[in-house]
Amino acid sequence: MMFFFLFSVSGNASNPEFKKKKNSECLLRLRHEGLLNSCPAGVASCPASSCPFRSPRSPRLKLLESALLLGPRPTAGGMEFSELIRTGRAQAELLRGPGAPPLRGTLCVTGHHLLLSPGPQATSDLWLLLLRSVDSIEKRVAGDSGTITLRCKDLRVLQLDIEGVEATLDIARSIEALSSLESVITSFPFFYRPKGLRLGDAWHFHPPEHYYKRVARETNAWRLSEVNEDFSVCPSYPRAVIVPRAVDDDALARSARFRQGGRFPVLSYHHAPSGTVLLRSSQPLTGPQKRRCAEDEELLRAVLAGARPGARGFIVDTRSAQAAKQARMTGGGTEAKAAYPGWKRLHRPMERGRPLQESFVRLVEACGDLEQSMDRWLSRLEGCRWLAHVKEALSTACLAAQGMEREGACILVHGAEGTDSTLLVTSLAQLILDPLSRTMTGFQELVEREWIQAGHPFQLRCAHSAFSHARPKHEAPTFLLFLDCVWQLGRQFPLSLEFGEGLLLALFEHAYASPFGTFLCNSEKERCLCEVRTRTHSLWSGLNQPKEQRKLRNPLYVLNPLAIWPSVEPQSLRLWQGLFLRWTRPPEPSEAAWEKVWQIVTDKEKTEGSQPTVSASEPQP
Amino acid sequence: MEHIRTTKVEQVKLLDRFSTSNKALTGTLYLTATHLLFIDSHQKETWILHHHIASVEKLALTTSGCPLVIQCKNFRIVHFIVPRERDCHDIYNSLLQLSKQAKYEDLYAFSYNPKQNDSERLRGWQLIDLAEEYKRMGVPNSNWQLSDANREYKICETYPRELYVPRIASKPIIVGSSKFRSKGRFPVLSYYHREKEAAVCRCSQPLSGFSARCLEDEHLLQAISKANPVNRYMYVMDTRPKHRMQSWWATQKDIGRIIVRISSKIWNDEKIRESHEQKRLNAMANRAAGKGYENEDNYSNIRFQFVGIENIHVMRSSLQKLLEVNGTKGLSVNDFYSGLESSGWLRHIKAVMDAAIFLTKAIMIENASVLVHCSDGWDRTSQVCSLGSLLLDSFYRTIRGFMVLIEKDWISFGHKFSERCGHLDSDPKEVSPVFTQFLECVWHLTEQFPQAFEFNEAFLLQIHEHIYSCQFGNFLGNCQKEREELKLKEKTYSLWPFLLDDQKKYLNPLYSPKSQAVAVLEPNTVSFNFKFWRNMYHQFDRTLHPRQSVFNIIMNMNEQNKQLENDIKDLESKIKQHKNKQTDGVLTKELLHSVRPESPTLKTSLCFKEQTLLPVNDALRTIEGSNPADNRDVSSVGKGLVQAPSRPRHRQLAPRQAQ
Repeated sequence: MMFFFLFSVSGNASNPEFKKKKNSECLLRLRHEGLLNSCPAGVASCPASSCPFRSPRSPRLKLLESALLLGPRPTAGGMEFSELIRTGRAQAELLRGPGAPPLRGTLCVTGHHLLLSPGPQATSDLWLLLLRSVDSIEKRVAGDSGTITLRCKDLRVLQLDIEGVEATLDIARSIEALSSLESVITSFPFFYRPKGLRLGDAWHFHPPEHYYKRVARETNAWRLSEVNEDFSVCPSYPRAVIVPRAVDDDALARSARFRQGGRFPVLSYHHAPSGTVLLRSSQPLTGPQKRRCAEDEELLRAVLAGARPGARGFIVDTRSAQAAKQARMTGGGTEAKAAYPGWKRLHRPMERGRPLQESFVRLVEACGDLEQSMDRWLSRLEGCRWLAHVKEALSTACLAAQGMEREGACILVHGAEGTDSTLLVTSLAQLILDPLSRTMTGFQELVEREWIQAGHPFQLRCAHSAFSHARPKHEAPTFLLFLDCVWQLGRQFPLSLEFGEGLLLALFEHAYASPFGTFLCNSEKERCLCEVRTRTHSLWSGLNQPKEQRKLRNPLYVLNPLAIWPSVEPQSLRLWQGLFLRWTRPPEPSEAAWEKVWQIVTDKEKTEGSQPTVSASEPQP
Repeated sequence: MEHIRTTKVEQVKLLDRFSTSNKALTGTLYLTATHLLFIDSHQKETWILHHHIASVEKLALTTSGCPLVIQCKNFRIVHFIVPRERDCHDIYNSLLQLSKQAKYEDLYAFSYNPKQNDSERLRGWQLIDLAEEYKRMGVPNSNWQLSDANREYKICETYPRELYVPRIASKPIIVGSSKFRSKGRFPVLSYYHREKEAAVCRCSQPLSGFSARCLEDEHLLQAISKANPVNRYMYVMDTRPKHRMQSWWATQKDIGRIIVRISSKIWNDEKIRESHEQKRLNAMANRAAGKGYENEDNYSNIRFQFVGIENIHVMRSSLQKLLEVNGTKGLSVNDFYSGLESSGWLRHIKAVMDAAIFLTKAIMIENASVLVHCSDGWDRTSQVCSLGSLLLDSFYRTIRGFMVLIEKDWISFGHKFSERCGHLDSDPKEVSPVFTQFLECVWHLTEQFPQAFEFNEAFLLQIHEHIYSCQFGNFLGNCQKEREELKLKEKTYSLWPFLLDDQKKYLNPLYSPKSQAVAVLEPNTVSFNFKFWRNMYHQFDRTLHPRQSVFNIIMNMNEQNKQLENDIKDLESKIKQHKNKQTDGVLTKELLHSVRPESPTLKTSLCFKEQTLLPVNDALRTIEGSNPADNRDVSSVGKGLVQAPSRPRHRQLAPRQAQ
């Protein structure tokens, strides 16, 4: 139905020339007013020189695009944006939920943005919304005006009251078409050129080589292997991985053939105090015949030998024992006890995939209902099971961390594909054990290394957030679950994380829709093909600008060299209100309090700093 | 002392109820006249005041010994294992006796001696002066006056001597109205809003029974509404749930006839000396059911409103359910939330909060006076009046103001602390966590408005501790008359001066009085703003708490800031002084450095330690916290987490005769 409308011809909007003219007119006016340069904070700032509002037209782009189309809907990707924009502009009023005053002005749809320019008499800035962040759209027409409700991926709900039925429908269709474009290289990050940042600035901040340098300082039992240089051994691994020194590249390649998706066991974290390691992989392809692989067995043997003589190992399987057994029928399975001496298997079932997504959807639904009774709210909170997932994730991570720190054992974590719950466990375990990963740069490095480079399929998992009406295919809020667990850690150890809630919220937003290229694509291989590194800006360089720091940092941070063991009792876990209720409650009191904390901390620094100046100014005898 | 048979038991084990590993602390258990004391092998002491003990349970004998489970009113639960059954039995029996006293004179407050002389004690009791407080509100004034009707407790035994009533309400009206109100608790002023000239008044339910009327009561209500020059109508808030009152009315119509028929018989038995037939029947009806509410037709200018707060029995069993759920070992998230839901506890908290907001809105938006009542006007009425005042007046959000508020709406207006807290061995059906609910509502407000309160959570917990401790005289007894008879001011000490002395511990570092000076709090009572108060109901289960405290560190920073600023001022003035005195001014380095010998090392000193999050182990606390170095959850011991440093304690507060 939507497609039909999309390509149907109606009224004067059908004339593309006319439309373009109208668009550029509008933009010209905006530019003239200097509004394009003064974007509201929190939204990407777009200097007039960048080209987010023009449709990409270079022939080279189109060629690449057709070669690299990643989405299943080639038609939309191959089109020019202007063909999808059905109307230039309309008069509209924007309602932004509690706490924010409504905004009136001219609404305009461009290739990547929805923008609302308040009239010249208004003092407020241009309002911008990245179309990519629209999760679902709902339109309603009454009389000669219409209402569009936009539900965004960051869980915001916006309402646009638009004059004119035709305009409403046109704008709705344009948004619908543009927000669901699946081609990567025509996405906004490829056009986003913010002031003050240079392309390629931060892209080499956190590659695996960087982490290897640290490991190499601590132990020489591991080496950096480039067996995956051309992504042929494992398409979802980065070019370089850290493996036991005793195992050569051929053996790795053969082990990879024995693991789903080629994800052979690689080093995730080396815990220097105990000399143990954390590994991750995917499930072994034992299958119904209980196949074995000598190189894979050798690899794990080498891990134990490298740690210390007589070291033990635990394989933490994130599936239940039964699910693991069932996986044998489809070619997967688990490590046989006899084949891996010294390794013991533990099953810690964790939710993934669709149930996790549904849990997320149900929680967001419950959080959107302001009228419900206390009982209803509590039963919905229980029914959505989100906090149960948080508990599972944290306790499995604790188990892995505890195995390393207390038992002195090596840990291998895997589920089925090794790209979701596996990464959740390994990254959380590191956060618990490693003080460096709790710093600002350390945490960014952790996300880069353990999520982005480790091949968490962000594009698939974050295609839709909680509002989408479409049946979830590959969507799952695994990364959000990780962020929630980090938030819980931060709440229980408020002084031990260098970053604050702000960074976690920013990561959540950017993972789902971002002007930066960091979370694009599903793996390093895809990012390479799309030239993400050279043609988009890195989120890290965006976040590490000095002006962002006050929002992202934890003012109370002091380095805590110890492991932080969280309590996972239900009484100790809390709903992450800052995220799930972010747009439904007035933020003032807590924000004011946060500001006060900052003030006290900076006061402290100031007074401390001024102490020497006073003594310096003392008259000398 | 006659109850204590065994004073010392060795090799006793103390179990942590939330630890999954079965590691236990071994130590010695002492029984003193006032406390149960456990000293573990690390010399860590756990003090439990006998008055805090709610129940003692002896479980079936196991191979390692005889388990003894003690539940305290401050939500501490300890699980001892005593090696010999005989010892266990002795201690069990002693605790049963010691935790339930029959006479007020046996309570701790009468023997507690904090080494103060009599004048200090007296000054302590004079610290909070309610007459002063009414003056602050702006009464007496042209519309409100101090009534001496109850000077000798003649009209109402459970009210204080000093009561404020509308100036136009004469004594006969007051007396008439008091006869029409349950327990004689006629409408009096609780809070006066100076700006709006509107009043919050409180009373008990009318004994209206079968649509009876009382002209004096109607006059008194009219006088209250006339005392408000801006708005002629007033709200009457019945804090009881509407459905309960309506179902009562329904049954009342049926049983009414029966009562009329049998009443003449009872009449002769009870010898009620009332002439009017109608009044007699009403008294009967109310004795039978004890309920009633104002009929809007009889009172001019009133707007009647039910707000649904449940009665003390519902609240008691709700908390009971909540504690049962939370006490479960290895509780799953889903069980926790379904337990939280089925206990209904947060629903009740929300109901109290909603009622207070209704009151606030009536005053702020409609400028109308409000009369609040429930059945007897000492439980739900106290909750709503005090919480409403807290929302309206920023003074009550200060440490001193909060004490005044408790003195005014709870202590002086006769909230039955002794019965509700079970200070004496009395009817368990009278025990109810009404005051705890009030504190929880305040806590929710502090969570929603982190900058509006001068005090912090520890202050609320400390007050909660002492309503049960019977260590101070403030909360003993059920009404002012009883307190006077007990001569509490001569025989016991007041809690407030001790809290004020320790003020530093209870300060909220984020408090910004300027921005909140006039502000009326408008809390949002949407369901998800209500959270389980872990720091109250699990205050002794340290494994469940955050391991680092933001409050402490900010507090310290704040203090350091102030100190540094003072130092700077000090130094600057000295420099100036020297410059003025002699142009060749000599200021030795030593002098400058001696101003502040300790360098700013604070930042590092706090970071690695596991801190005590709530100042529970101070001098006023009657018991000691549990061992902080015990197990983390998921069976992992926080080895790295350094044990909290031992804290100073004032020995004299905890007698240790047993040793």
